[in-house]
Amino acid sequence: MNGHLYLWLIPVLPFAGFLLNGIFGARLPKGLVTAIALLAPLGALGVVVNAAMAVSGGSALPVVENYGAWINAGSLHVDFSFVLDQLSIVMLLVITGVGFLIHIYSAGYMAHEKGYWRYFAYLNLFLFFMTVLVLAGNALVMFVGWEGVGLASYLLIGFWFQKTSAADAGKKAFVVNRIGDFGFLIGIFLLLGTFGTLTFTDIAAKLAASPGMQGGIVTTIALCLLLGATGKSAQLPLYVWLPDAMEGPTPVSALIHAATMVTAGVYMIARTHAIYDRSPFAMMVVAIVGAATALFAATIALVQTDIKRVLAYSTVSQLGYMFLGCGVAAYSAAIFHLMTHAFFKALLFLAAGAVIHGMGGEQDLRKMGGLRKHMPITFWTMTVAVFTIAGFPPLAAFFSKDAILYAAFLQGTSGKVLWFVGLFTALLTAFYMFRLWYLAFLGKPRSPEVHAHESPWSMLGPLVILAVLSVGGGWMGAGRFGDFLSPAVGTKTVEAANSQLELILSIVAVVTALIGWFIADRLYRAKPERPEALAAAVSGPYTVLVHKYWVDELYGAVIVKPIFAISRFVLEWVVEFAILGGAAWLLAGSASFGGALLQRWQSGNLRSYAAWLAAGAAALLLFALVPWTSVLADMGIHLNAAGH
Amino acid sequence: MIPLSWYLLLSAALFSLGVVGFLIKRNLITVFMSIELMLNGVNLSFVTFAHQWHLVKGQIFVFFVMVVAAAEAAVGLAIIIAIFRTRSTLAVDRIALMKL
Repeated sequence: MNGHLYLWLIPVLPFAGFLLNGIFGARLPKGLVTAIALLAPLGALGVVVNAAMAVSGGSALPVVENYGAWINAGSLHVDFSFVLDQLSIVMLLVITGVGFLIHIYSAGYMAHEKGYWRYFAYLNLFLFFMTVLVLAGNALVMFVGWEGVGLASYLLIGFWFQKTSAADAGKKAFVVNRIGDFGFLIGIFLLLGTFGTLTFTDIAAKLAASPGMQGGIVTTIALCLLLGATGKSAQLPLYVWLPDAMEGPTPVSALIHAATMVTAGVYMIARTHAIYDRSPFAMMVVAIVGAATALFAATIALVQTDIKRVLAYSTVSQLGYMFLGCGVAAYSAAIFHLMTHAFFKALLFLAAGAVIHGMGGEQDLRKMGGLRKHMPITFWTMTVAVFTIAGFPPLAAFFSKDAILYAAFLQGTSGKVLWFVGLFTALLTAFYMFRLWYLAFLGKPRSPEVHAHESPWSMLGPLVILAVLSVGGGWMGAGRFGDFLSPAVGTKTVEAANSQLELILSIVAVVTALIGWFIADRLYRAKPERPEALAAAVSGPYTVLVHKYWVDELYGAVIVKPIFAISRFVLEWVVEFAILGGAAWLLAGSASFGGALLQRWQSGNLRSYAAWLAAGAAALLLFALVPWTSVLADMGIHLNAAGH
Repeated sequence: MIPLSWYLLLSAALFSLGVVGFLIKRNLITVFMSIELMLNGVNLSFVTFAHQWHLVKGQIFVFFVMVVAAAEAAVGLAIIIAIFRTRSTLAVDRIALMKL
């Protein structure tokens, strides 16, 4: 136990920022709001770096800091405890680091917003809950953070709540997440019922102590937790909220809906990996969900025309990779990809934000084009991000994506299928990213009336830093990263390091990405009229993709509409008619009926009052004077068993 | 020596007469007098027991009752006069409303 890392400061600093800006923000000058909002994540980042340095100097991980008992009821003991291990260090560095950069960017991007202070209050609130989620030493504290980031996400998606679509998107995100949270909650209850504790280390210890524990309840717990993870991390079948979440401000999309919050599901699976390791079936489900989501979302991204929606589906797809990594027990590879993804996807979103900013709010790719000349820095950083996500060496995602695909390939026959799906998704990824790149930055301007302009340095600075990270973030290599993480997430069992096979797979992946680039180049650079002809030629599949497989419509018809109908029935007939109407009628009726009855008593006639008075006095006298017990005893009735 | 029960019987008779008069008489003044009759019936019980047990408490109670009865008579008669002035009647059946 090392109590000098001040882990509590990490969430408390952003929370203080939230309180200050949330309560006084409207009255504070803008500079002060910015200072508070930026100092909070910077301070948190400082504490994280300090803690990371301190533990790298030999002190043993994990460090647990316990801040007292939270729940003490019978056999249930839950503490407010934070844990710092290799996994949370990586997550915290990403969250506070990327979070700080996005705060800086936001200061430029949101400069002209009326709700400037409100925006930063929410953003700090998000960082508070996210750090709580990551630091949590047990499942319940994690759940607090889990719910909290959902709240912050809801508030920020609906930041422009005057717009119906934004308010609806916020609601959708919240409701869909609730479905996942339900699974997470059930999982927590099952954990408690099975292991009697919610502390992650205790659960792992108890699992290690009973090697025979497998399948059955463990699988159930793992699947419940997976449901929670699919909600938060936008996987099939609960991914539908993420594309709509793009209604929020773009920096929010970068921070919450690309870099940090949506990776919470991956983090949670890695954190509870001891459970997943015992259930091959649940692992298989995780891998299939991941691979299916990766492919599914990538196909939708092929035809989207809104720049942010392309990136949103790309995020869903990349999160699918991470789930695939978790599903083949390559947790360190998944977390590695999580980290590089945080860099390049935040960069993509921020660059897209700069484009939208420069185009005066235009998000339609078909109206962009030729932005390279007007926004050179945005163009170059975006280029770095596009090449990274496509998986070209030596950029960051090349290492992380390859690590996942390699781990999948080693996983027997089913692993080969998963590997192929991942590889094909990589092809699609390269295609849709280069499509975006060509449409937005190259070619001729399609709306010449808009004079695109480069963004201020508060926005370009974070872009450049993130571009550097996207380039160099993977250089430590998946192997060394895995060695660093292994105390926290365990080592992969099949570590039959075959460098030759790995090299071949890497080359295959790069060639695949090149093919994707080549197709995009043929379609969108060489002959810009070709895509439309192609769309007309394969109009069937094209329509399916444009309508995103009609999943929203399907959910609407199968789930939303019946629930609405039931709710309306309950509201109108049960609540309005039966309860409110019935109860009101009953109350009013009995009151007026009773009044009509008792009204006769209150006649105003003195003598009737006197008569009642006398009758009452007589009754009291009778009660007091007559020896009732003996009278009743004479009649053979005994009031109590001991009576005579 | 007259036995205790005779006093008590007289007291009960006076009280009952008062109750009956209170209940059946129409004239407000008669009703009022019936109340005095009840009070005096109770008073008689008090002094009887005080005499029987040689306790002074009963006698003191009687004085209290007489004081209250006197005050009540003063207030009550004033109310009766006020009612008669406005209503020109003292029949209790006619005075069924609190308002004037």
